[in-house]
Order: sequence, then structure tokens, then C-alpha cells
Amino acid sequence: MNDETTNAGPAPAPSPGEASTRPRQMTLNMGPQHPSTHGVLRLELQLDGETIVGCRPDIGYLHTGIEKQCEALTYHQAVTLTDRVDYLAPLSNNLCYCLAVEKLLGLEIPPRAQWMRVLLVELTRLNSHLVWLGTHAIDIGAMSVFLYCFREREEILRIFEMFSGQRMMTSYIRVGGLALDAPRGWRQRVKRFIDVFPSRVDEYESLLTNNPIWIARTKGVGSLPVEDMLDLGVTGPMLRAAGVKWDIRKSEPYSSYDQFDFEVPTRTGNDVYSRYLVRVEEMRQSARIIQQALEGMPEGPYRADAPHVVLPDREKMKTQMESLIYHFKIVTEGFRVPEGEVYQAIESPRGEVGYYIVSDGTAKPYRAHIRGPSFGNLQAVPKMVEGTLIADVIASLGSMDFVLGDTDR
Amino acid sequence: MLPENLRSFEVAAALDGFDPECISTGKYDRAELTLEIEPAKIVPVCRFLKEQFAFVRLSTVTGVDRYPSEPRFEVVYHLHSLDRNERLRLKCRVGTRSGEAEIDSVTEVWQGAGWYEREVFDLFGVRFRNHPDLRRIMMPEDWNGHPLRKDYPTMGAR
Repeated sequence: MNDETTNAGPAPAPSPGEASTRPRQMTLNMGPQHPSTHGVLRLELQLDGETIVGCRPDIGYLHTGIEKQCEALTYHQAVTLTDRVDYLAPLSNNLCYCLAVEKLLGLEIPPRAQWMRVLLVELTRLNSHLVWLGTHAIDIGAMSVFLYCFREREEILRIFEMFSGQRMMTSYIRVGGLALDAPRGWRQRVKRFIDVFPSRVDEYESLLTNNPIWIARTKGVGSLPVEDMLDLGVTGPMLRAAGVKWDIRKSEPYSSYDQFDFEVPTRTGNDVYSRYLVRVEEMRQSARIIQQALEGMPEGPYRADAPHVVLPDREKMKTQMESLIYHFKIVTEGFRVPEGEVYQAIESPRGEVGYYIVSDGTAKPYRAHIRGPSFGNLQAVPKMVEGTLIADVIASLGSMDFVLGDTDR
Repeated sequence: MLPENLRSFEVAAALDGFDPECISTGKYDRAELTLEIEPAKIVPVCRFLKEQFAFVRLSTVTGVDRYPSEPRFEVVYHLHSLDRNERLRLKCRVGTRSGEAEIDSVTEVWQGAGWYEREVFDLFGVRFRNHPDLRRIMMPEDWNGHPLRKDYPTMGAR
């Protein structure tokens, strides 16, 4: 910063009790290694004292070229990349990608697979919201919430491990259905968890909802006019906390969401506190959906009857020549997808995830574009924080719930 | 020219009425409507759609490299209207085989186009005229080449 003496001309001495009004701005690099940026986001802040007068987000630190890699892999192999896009909601990305490819193929998915997918992506929503709540609270200074949230999150990850063998990079949802049928004992395990979960949400709420410090830090902070939000591409809970009742699960139902009974929570506060309330209510609604999925889970096959796309049963592969050939073909050269292009959007924990896939009729995507919700949401950061205090940036960023893998891809 | 089978779509018909020259072709495939727009008309078309048909959201802008055919790039816009619960895909074909490509930016219609167009510029090398801040967004500023082009190898030396 400039020293007083380096300025040209004599500085007028401020009279006692009156601060100098000369603008003294400072540039502050927040990140890329800053705990509240949850990954590697860099914000270039222009500060006037504690007030932010300019903000320039710098992203791309986590760019791994996933879209380019998709072009080099077969449709079957590319599922594994979708886990790594949004690493807090891998199953949502698995699902969106598979729905897009299934749309290209014109494939019907059996009801059991659809319901199982709903159950799993709702568990993913809980998982993601729990990480968000824990880290958001820790950013603002409520340390203990984190421990409570991660207690439940751990159980969800164990359920994922039980289903897929992996805690995070599940790749469990595949084109045509699921990788495996649900493991023995899954029903009891999920039921035991989901029966107690609503009382756990009460626990989090008792720590925060009426906590005067929490309210003081979050109420009225980080608001942005709804028109700007829509214009800037903000989606998901942020938009619903500003009163826009839009949820893709309701407006464009996929994977049999139209058979489930749940509410879309909205608030009109349009601030960090409202976003907190919306996400907490979403956790309760997800728990409702999971209960319904448990009760009504249809029996039947867990993947489509499409031998040219879906890998055959292990047993059939070893005993039937035809299955062995199909298996060999899918694994070595992949399955061909008819020419065309589709855009499939789903409601991930963060907002609209969209996969735009262009097929040229071969076994590899000609182009796969991923519309990550974090990318759109982050674009609103400058508008949201300019004019506020630097301490509020932490709260505002936390309320966006972005994942940088999803932003940079 | 708007294909006859798309005349039943309100949006397509209205857009054709707004400017008969703006649609070069279109298709309705897998329950998704795609309209190909003359690149020079993209900004008025987007403004018309946003104001008259409530396409308040621009979901995403992306590119497709059709190397070696010419025009080389497709710039693809995914529009979404909350009121009508409707999605629409617009597509513009631009660029020479060597990779020179330019199109008008739609940031004056949706501010949110800013980062998406930067991404297309960064990864495909399509320049957007009148963009307020056309810089690379994913790759480092001193990077050579545009990774999502088809003549850019996935591995090995460039």
C-alpha cells in the first residue's frame, strides 16, 4: 500500500475526529489455498477498508479435461469420469450421464432400476447437503455442527460402499440400469439410517436455526435480485431461497420421480439464512422420498433387456456363447449409439446438472459437454459480494455450495 | 428456411415470423427442438426469444468441432423458459477449416453468457465479438492451442 509520504503534494491533515476520505484500496488474493473456498478457487478482491469494491473470481485450477477425455473413451467407460466431476454428488452425475445416453439409445429402464436410482441420488443429496452444512457452519464458526453432520455422512458413504464397493467414486449407475443388483441386507441398512435421520436433522437445527450468532452472521447477507440470478445462470437451492419454485424433479420428471410424493421447499428471504433453511428442508424431503422408495421398491430386473448395451450376467457369460460374445464386444469396442444429440438435465444437490452429448454413430461420444451447476452459481459471486464486508464473503461463498471439480471439470 | 414439419412449434413459427431469414434449418429429434440460426442474427434472435417467449435462462453455451468440414464449429446455446417449462437449442455454424471463427456475443442479452463464452473461446478458439472480458478461463493465460479441438491430441506432443 502507498505510504502517506509518497503522495504528491501535501496531504491535508485530517482534523481530529475526522478520518481521511482519500480512497485507499488494496488488492487481496483470497485463495486458491483458502479453507473457505472449499477447493481451489481464487478470488481477487479489491478492498476499501473492510468493504469489497471489486471481485474477480479465477477458476480453472482443477481443470482436468474431463470433456476431452470422454471423447477418447467408450460410452461404457466414460461413466467413471462422471463420478469425478462433482465428487460430492457422484451418483447424480452418473445418473444424468446415463439418462442422456439412454435417451440417445431410446432405451427403456425397468422400474426397479429407476426406483433404486431415485433412492441412491436422494442419499447423494443428503450426503452433499451434510458436507455443505458442516463446512458452511465451520466457516462461520459453529465448529460442532461439522462433527454431527459427518457422523451421518459416514453412514451414507458406508451404504454406498455396500452397494457399489466404493465410498465416493461409485460408478454404480450404468447405461441401461445399475452395475449390480442391490446387495443382501440393503433394505435394513437404509431403513435403520433413514428412520433416525429426521431426528438428526432436528439436532442440527437445534444447534443453528435459532442461534443468535448464526442468525446475525447469515440473515440479510449475500442477497441478489432474482432477475440477476436467472440471468447469471444460478440454479438449485439458491434460486429456491429467492422464491422461485423450480425443481427439475417436478418440472421435467425423470427416473419415475413423478411417482413420489414430496414438496419443493422455497423461502423468500433471498439470503444466506434462507438458503440454509431451504437445504435443511430439502434433507427432510429427501428422507421422505427414500422412505417411499423403501416401501414401494418394485421387484424385477435391475437393468434393461438390451444385450448389445448391458453387460450379461456373470453366470450367463460363462455358460452361453452368445452372452460371451456380447460381453467381449461391449468390453473391447463398446456399443454403438445412434447418431444424434441430446441435452439431459437433472436436479443435483446444487442445481441443474446437464449433459449435452453428441453422437456420430460410433462407440465413443463425439462431444460430451457437462453443464455444472457450480459454474453457473459461481458466476454470481462478484454481483453478490460487491459492496459487502469481507467477513460476509465467507458466508456468501458457503451458501452457494459449489464444488470446484464441477466448476472446472 | 424453417422446415415445414417444425411450423407446428409456436416458438419456431414465431421466430420465422420475426425474421424469415434467421432460421437456416432445424430438427425435432428425441423430443428436443433444435433450430439452426444464421450466425449474424444470433443476438436479435436471442433477444426476441428472451423478451417474447420468456426464455429467461441460458442453461449453457458450448461448442462442437466438426473438423474437417466447413464451417468448422457449432456454437450451441441451450435456452430454458421457466414459465413455459420448455427448452430450446440454438445452433450457429461458424469458422474456417484452419480454425478462424468469430460470432457475436450474447452477453448483452444474458449476463450469464459471459463465462460460458469464455469457456468456448478458451477450449475451441471461437472469438466472441463485443464480449466484455474475453480471456481464457480454464487453461493458463499463456497456454498455446485450444484443447477441445479435434486436431488437438488427447495425449502426446501437440
